[in-house]
Amino acid sequence: MRLLVATLLIAGCAVEYLVVGDGMPAPLTKDAVLAESGRDVFVDREQGHCVLCHALENLDVPFQGNVGPDLSDVGLRLTPAQIRLRIVDASVVNPRTVMPPYYRTTDLHQVAESHVGETVLSARQIEALVVFLSLQRKKA
Amino acid sequence: MRAACIAFLLWASLASADEVISGYEFLTPETQALQDDDFANPGMLWVEEGGSLFAQQCADCHTQGSNGNLEGVAARYPAFDQDAQTLLNIEGRINRCREIHLQAEPLAYESKALLALSAYVANLSKGHAIDVDIDGAAQRYFTEGRDYFFRRKGQFNLACSQCHDDHWGRMLRGDRISQGHPNAFPGYRLEWQAMGSLHRRFQDCDAGIRAQPLALGSRRYRSLELYLAWRARGLIIEVPGVRR
Ligand code: HEC
Ligand code: HEC
Repeated sequence: MRLLVATLLIAGCAVEYLVVGDGMPAPLTKDAVLAESGRDVFVDREQGHCVLCHALENLDVPFQGNVGPDLSDVGLRLTPAQIRLRIVDASVVNPRTVMPPYYRTTDLHQVAESHVGETVLSARQIEALVVFLSLQRKKA
Repeated sequence: MRAACIAFLLWASLASADEVISGYEFLTPETQALQDDDFANPGMLWVEEGGSLFAQQCADCHTQGSNGNLEGVAARYPAFDQDAQTLLNIEGRINRCREIHLQAEPLAYESKALLALSAYVANLSKGHAIDVDIDGAAQRYFTEGRDYFFRRKGQFNLACSQCHDDHWGRMLRGDRISQGHPNAFPGYRLEWQAMGSLHRRFQDCDAGIRAQPLALGSRRYRSLELYLAWRARGLIIEVPGVRR
């Protein structure tokens, strides 16, 4: 199995992350997170706002996007490790992806001054998403 | 629901074709009606204002002779100007005329007067097909603009092309992504509640992917404007367009 260790520079300190196959097994934070807060990260404009591109059948939110795939059954298709890696940096899996890298600060250009050096989401927000999305197991 | 179905059918039937489609086709019938009716189109206020400024300031040169008729001219802009030795868009052309012929200060980008004048001049080309020259001295601007269009940028690491070439027709939340053509601008955006330039629209798209927006009228935005005009060649100018 392909084993890849990449180093990310976040807020000045080096954070190592381990990519195993097409997943990232280790949580970004050991804090306990709730699926309910993952739902908010998924929906809120000020947080992940993933509904910009993704839809969930069990979500009562108008105008869900369809630039990315419907995630209603993502918990059946992907492991938490795979979901985590796709949120952290989907380009590891698909270099041409349109999905933004939510936990990467390197190799970006012309980043808005107000966001330079920052990740889009925090470790906690991403772990909340991983829990929330792992529970999306609607059968087609 | 019906609108959504029609829009989807439009997208499904056109997605495979290599056709240039105006942003107009991605609007609701209500917004289209607003654009179509000169009396309801809020952008016409700027065009009218521009008409009176033009009559006061520009008509001395532009009523007769070879400079007289400005109909269709905007369809060939941006264009490289030998005198200025740079690429001028309509806003730049207007300020250049002020400088040389009126010995006047340039109007600020996005000022009421420059928006009004550029909307008036572009409106004289309404119905004309976009046809810009990208050869010779214009070529390096063209290349620069194309590079900007395909370059990933911002905290979201997205390129213009990823939305407007690869995913047009798809829904970004409540917005159906169009092909990103320039033919409506200067245009009235409901979100702005005002007329705005194409460069202001660029700034909004750049800010949307958390990229640092470039200055209005900057060289790279003018170059991007040339690339977009070439990409939209043959498309009919709609100024003043109405958009969300
Ligand atoms: C600008 C569009 C866009 C945004 C915003 C976006 N995604 Fe994605 N996402 C995609 C696309 C497109 C794919 C399909 C895979 C690919 O192209 O890389 C994808 C794939 C995924 C996958 C894998 C799905 C599968 O079946 O393989 C997950 C999980 C995911 N996204 C979660 C998220 C989460 C969580 C957020 C918000 C924090 C988010 N996405 C925001 C476009 C987006
Ligand atoms: C994340 C997606 C996304 C990216 C990246 C993006 N845009 Fe847009 N753009 C939109 C949306 C959504 C709209 C509004 C609906 C429409 O007309 O497409 C829009 C509108 C436009 C319009 C107005 C079209 C019309 O008819 O009103 C232009 C021109 C445009 N974009 C150019 C660009 C350029 C140039 C870039 C890069 C600097 C860019 N866009 C990057 C999503 C995007």
